Amino acid sequence: MGRKLLTEHINVEGIHTFDVYRKHGGYASVEKALKTMTPEEVVEEVKASGLRGRGGAGFPTGMKWSFLAKPEGKPRYLVCNADESEPGTFKDRYLMEKLPHLLIEGMITSSFALGARTSYIYIRGELLYVLRILEKAIAEAYANGFLGENILGSGYSLDLHVHPGGGAYICGEETALLESLEGKRGNPRNKPPFPAVWGLYGCPTVVNNVESIATVPWIVNNTAAEYAKIGVGRSAGTKLISAGGNINKPGVYEIELGVPVEEFIYSDEYCGGIWKGRDMKAVIAGGSSVPILPKDLILKTANGEDRLMTYESLSDGGFATGTMLGSGGFFVMDDQTCIVRHTWTLARFYHHESCGQCSPCREGTGWMEKVLHRIEHGHGHMHDIDLLVSVAKQIEGNTICPLGDAAAWPVAAAIRHFRDEFEWHVKHPQAATAPGAVFNKAESVLA
Amino acid sequence: MEQTVENKKVEFSEGAMAEIRRYISHYPEGRQKSAILPILHIAQAEFGGWVSPEVMDKVAEILDIQPIEVYEVATFYTMFNLKPVGKHVLEVCRTGPCMLRGSDQLIEHLENRLGCKVGETSADGNFTLKTVECLASCGTGPMLQVREKFYENLDPASADQMLEDLKALTVRKPWEENY
Repeated sequence: MGRKLLTEHINVEGIHTFDVYRKHGGYASVEKALKTMTPEEVVEEVKASGLRGRGGAGFPTGMKWSFLAKPEGKPRYLVCNADESEPGTFKDRYLMEKLPHLLIEGMITSSFALGARTSYIYIRGELLYVLRILEKAIAEAYANGFLGENILGSGYSLDLHVHPGGGAYICGEETALLESLEGKRGNPRNKPPFPAVWGLYGCPTVVNNVESIATVPWIVNNTAAEYAKIGVGRSAGTKLISAGGNINKPGVYEIELGVPVEEFIYSDEYCGGIWKGRDMKAVIAGGSSVPILPKDLILKTANGEDRLMTYESLSDGGFATGTMLGSGGFFVMDDQTCIVRHTWTLARFYHHESCGQCSPCREGTGWMEKVLHRIEHGHGHMHDIDLLVSVAKQIEGNTICPLGDAAAWPVAAAIRHFRDEFEWHVKHPQAATAPGAVFNKAESVLA
Repeated sequence: MEQTVENKKVEFSEGAMAEIRRYISHYPEGRQKSAILPILHIAQAEFGGWVSPEVMDKVAEILDIQPIEVYEVATFYTMFNLKPVGKHVLEVCRTGPCMLRGSDQLIEHLENRLGCKVGETSADGNFTLKTVECLASCGTGPMLQVREKFYENLDPASADQMLEDLKALTVRKPWEENY
């Protein structure tokens, strides 16, 4: 059993209330930081912990904090990115729903470190029921003197608000999120200037993922040195993994980074193996944007080493034979999964969610969806497969924000590793479009 | 000027206005435009599950901004229905992770039960069937959302039960008692 830094008390009856949360050590980091530390010391602690952003990019949180500009006379903002929308990812929702006070505690301690006097939690609009849980918990924190004027007599004051989005994946990109928070369409901004200099309302702003902020209390309470001891090398600490797809035990698991992928999939402590007694075909390990890997490559690297749940091990081999830890949206496909159909649903997702600002993404995602649709529905041509690769290449790196890359990677990777399945769809359209038809490698070779 | 007269027909209830004022108070002075999304959610709950141009005009008036600023936001974000809808809108997730757990079959089942296709409203006016992209419920798919509630791990039997329950449900607004 690995250590649980965030979810140790998540199943305690009433832990969503202030009193029960407090009884289990809640808000200790606020007391420690506000009474015994300077904001700079908190920043240094988070920096030294090696905590990397848990939203998907994995950028060191403390370093992001240290970039925050501090011009005279301008407010600074901390904005929590709770716009969890990456397909396969549902860990932030789980955390906020069950442990709203953990996020609030993290927001207070982090806001103190950054010198923010007003902070926002931007939550995706579909999670209005979670917004109400958070608002109730925030009211409790105000009533108990942990929010508002002069918190715990420290002289530090903070207001915290929850802001709902309106159903747009793109608002998980931090500059689109800030545009949205200003009441505009979620079109990402050009960078630089980065939010650390020009963020919300033109003021210096830090945007952090829910899980990152929820980790700050543990680091402040237990020290960076203790945190850095957990995990493997530059993959420090624990990570919430959203496990889904064709497994026996879907759910959110807090793992110490470094657990072998094979253990994560097959052990009863985690996913519990593949459902219905089937074999595994493929895995998307870090949310829909990261490259899909077939069974052999997700379990072992191209060099034959065991693949581990760390940033480094999952990306071993680059995109040719590796993938990414991403947001930790880990979903498994059994041997009855049609990769073409699955890839088509992802392409449709990115087309739907492209904000339309950059032509390569706006047009390219549409073309990828259409071409995949015709292959899946038995009207594909052999040259469509290379056309998809070509479109993906022309999107990648040519857009203002990473949505373009995120749309291109899944399609390119599916063709890289499952090209024979695409070819089978083109060569045998009638068989491929029959109800329940799934590509079978052995039969395909005979055909 | 005629339009101004039309606008007067759209009035939020006192409960909704209290919510609107609370949200506006969350943002710095002069930044009240930030409250557009929260107010559009309130408007959709207040006026039968969709926002009409007249409602958007009213939102613009409350926020003291141009109507176009509200239109461009309401049309960008997919949660806002811009046409009248049934009593309940069923928003079925169909992205990859839900597809792996049977969302295609769920959609087919609902189409058969309701006698309408995706994008349409059932003849009795009770249900509008919509498909949406990932709702962060991938471990509990197939699933769908109705207003603020998630219905998860659905199979034909539990989906039918849900439809019966919803037919009998009195829809309340978030700021009303017993919500």
